[in-house]
Amino acid sequence: MNYQPIIGLEVHIELATNSKMFCACPADHFGRSPNSQTCPVCLGLPGALPVPNKKAVDWTILLGLALGCRINENSKFDRKNYFYPDLPKGYQISQFDEPLAVSGEVKLEPQNSEPKTIRIRRVHLEEDTGKLQHAELNGEEVSLVDFNRSGVPLAEIVTEPDFRTIEEVDNFLKKLQKIIRYLGISGADMEKGSMRLEPSISLQIINEGPGQDHMIQFPLPNSELPKYRVELKNINSFRFARKALEFEFNRQKELLDKGESPIQQTRGWNEGKNATVPQRTKEEANDYRYFPEPDIPPMKFQTTFISKLRATLPELPDAKSLRFQKEYKISKYNSDILTDDRQIADYFEESVKVANSQNESGQEANIANWIINKKVDISEVVPGELVQQIVLGKQAAQSDEVELNKIIDRVIAENPKAVEDYNNGKENSLQFIIGQVARILKIKPSAEIITLVKNKL
Amino acid sequence: MGIKNFTVEESLSRIKKIDSRIHAFLAINPDAQKETGFPVAIKDNFNTLSLETTASSNILGGYIPPYDATVVRKLKDAGAVIVGKTNMDAFAHGSSTETSDFGPTLNPWNTDYLPGGSSGGSAAAVASGEVPVAIGSETAGSIRQPAAWCGVVGFKPTYGRVSRYGLIAMASSTDCPGTLAKSVNDAAFLYHLIAGYDPLDATSSQSDLGKIDTRDLKTVTVGLPKQYFLDSAQKGINEKIQEAAKVLEKLGVKLIEIDLFNPQYAISVYTVIQRSEVSSNLGRFDGIRFGKTREAFNAENKRRIMLGTYTLSEGYYDEYYKKAQQVRTIIISDFAAAFSKVDLILAPTSPTTALKKGASQNQAMFGELSDILVEPSAVAGLPGINLPCGFIENLPVGMQLIGPQWSEELIINVAQKYEAATDWHNVSPKI
Repeated sequence: MNYQPIIGLEVHIELATNSKMFCACPADHFGRSPNSQTCPVCLGLPGALPVPNKKAVDWTILLGLALGCRINENSKFDRKNYFYPDLPKGYQISQFDEPLAVSGEVKLEPQNSEPKTIRIRRVHLEEDTGKLQHAELNGEEVSLVDFNRSGVPLAEIVTEPDFRTIEEVDNFLKKLQKIIRYLGISGADMEKGSMRLEPSISLQIINEGPGQDHMIQFPLPNSELPKYRVELKNINSFRFARKALEFEFNRQKELLDKGESPIQQTRGWNEGKNATVPQRTKEEANDYRYFPEPDIPPMKFQTTFISKLRATLPELPDAKSLRFQKEYKISKYNSDILTDDRQIADYFEESVKVANSQNESGQEANIANWIINKKVDISEVVPGELVQQIVLGKQAAQSDEVELNKIIDRVIAENPKAVEDYNNGKENSLQFIIGQVARILKIKPSAEIITLVKNKL
Repeated sequence: MGIKNFTVEESLSRIKKIDSRIHAFLAINPDAQKETGFPVAIKDNFNTLSLETTASSNILGGYIPPYDATVVRKLKDAGAVIVGKTNMDAFAHGSSTETSDFGPTLNPWNTDYLPGGSSGGSAAAVASGEVPVAIGSETAGSIRQPAAWCGVVGFKPTYGRVSRYGLIAMASSTDCPGTLAKSVNDAAFLYHLIAGYDPLDATSSQSDLGKIDTRDLKTVTVGLPKQYFLDSAQKGINEKIQEAAKVLEKLGVKLIEIDLFNPQYAISVYTVIQRSEVSSNLGRFDGIRFGKTREAFNAENKRRIMLGTYTLSEGYYDEYYKKAQQVRTIIISDFAAAFSKVDLILAPTSPTTALKKGASQNQAMFGELSDILVEPSAVAGLPGINLPCGFIENLPVGMQLIGPQWSEELIINVAQKYEAATDWHNVSPKI
């Protein structure tokens, strides 16, 4: 039997605001000494109250807009109640039925398949939990809790289960990361934990046997989705995401081939075992008893406010790449590389501007090549300097050419026997002349020299 | 003795002399004797920096907060000396102060009787002359009712008027810090010190505090809702309130009989909303970062947590919590309609005078049933004041004035004038 994966993604992004989501503690917690950035609010002490971080709300709306979402005019925070040692209040302040943004889409252009649209179900805002660390204390296995991360703002992006290949997932994650970095709202770094992934995967039978064609609708209506879903956690890199999804595909395929249905559960990626292992049965899913957060009044957004925010959206990577191709007439390949990082893209444009202002127009392709191939350190070399180097390089190349021709002519004139031998079919004589030219110039023979010499003979 | 001439030394000395008989205080501030200023007692659900705060629960026995509640900070900044923390029903789950995990407080008028709750300690401390003023909190009745049972002024401001930051949460959507005193002036004085917007409380209002109200009572209309004069009230209560109404009328107030939504419906609305929020607010007491573990919750705490968990649970949320919130909107509109006809509402605060020790053990919903007359205004977030207006068998009777949102100054004005025309506030228990 053949199967195709039905994959949906839940991505958490740590917002790089100055303070935490509901208190004034610093949000930048990576590498800080444990429990050094806490207060009554993020420790969940009795009597403490949450006050929302406005920038976090604005940035989440911005993210929603960048993903093509509709922003809800009315939104609110809700309490998600459950118990865990890293959750100090016994509830997480999150969003339930009125998230900030809904119904967006991201277009993919994977290399090995058709262009595809991934639907974004929602983008909402919530607070992070503390971090558990396993340790040994006085010979005993204990768990230690660090609350530095408790209360850090998280934007959560949920997609519809629209992915059908692992390549699409990889493509999407890289694109999402790029967009987020363009917006400047997060480092979106999986290794640092500022971007976290929880894919869900199930398998759909795509044909019952030989001779049967089963048309898979896309997108799948809910009624036709597989009846189970496995959620994967503990994925710290794009590479692990690939490996975990591939492992799961095979694990589920084996079960289904035997006629068994995979259990609905949460599994964690175990790098040591190169496998996913069960964590807890999703069957006994918590009843989170969601209710509107009584400590925070609901939010209502005016259309003018949303428009103002929308106007601050930077040009996003896709649009920028297209514009570069059109405006600067550079290749899609180069343009995609340049726009991979917003700073490099900006640097490129700045360099082109400088070049044009110095009457060195038409340098776009050169500048692109230099930046891409010569690995320019854009923090060290200002655009003006780069342009100068390129212009000098061109001049040097031009004068080099005149000089080179002179030398080739001289060598040919000084070695008439070698020239005659070559014209009579002796290849070695060509090597001799080329070698002489190279010796004089004190450089290695290049393709350019070889061509020039040949042409003159 | 009013706040102006009550010294810390006098307060401490009085407490030493009589508190063993009423047990209003859980803890005395060891630094108080060194300080000068006006003495205040603080209900033990307000966080006081470095001073034990327990909310009268075993779970928090020995808990020393690392911060001051905003209310406490404001009082300290204004020159108050915190004399000690007062007893209450554990986690404010009660209307008797009998469900304190550290022993009940007794009514200074008759120590066989209860002071009411959950701010029973604060009410008893004021009534017995241990302090001139005290801070209490009301979720539904917890300031007004013990004030009524102890014969003192109990002032509950509009929800959002006073910061809840540092007040151990019971029902987040109705909790209000407020003041208790022997006189309206002193209760108002303390209120003015603590009222106002706090950036640490997202539900605190930036609404203008309003100027002192000096309206002539001839311009004021007071409504008497017939639904609040219960047939089941203790004999004599309704009559005392009617007498008080006549006093107001003599002062120029226009009295109108009005109709309000039957307060019995507010009982289930309040019970469901409060217990749901309680079940969530108490989730943080897991014994990991502070305090003891959950076994230390008392029976009443556990009952409320269980019911609140149920009313929020999947399959029941719509029928209970959501429905209660919807009916709450109706109650709010009901009051708004009434306030288009009258300026203030007058009614009895409690259907009974103080009940005897043990009374709270007889009913599973003792608290919510006793507070029938204060629950509607509490769920609507409205301000109200209890004023002593008489005695039945030597136990105080209290009346309440309820106003629309942000009408504290009008309430204070009318309350002051009533008090000036009567003598109840000058009577003290012989303890």
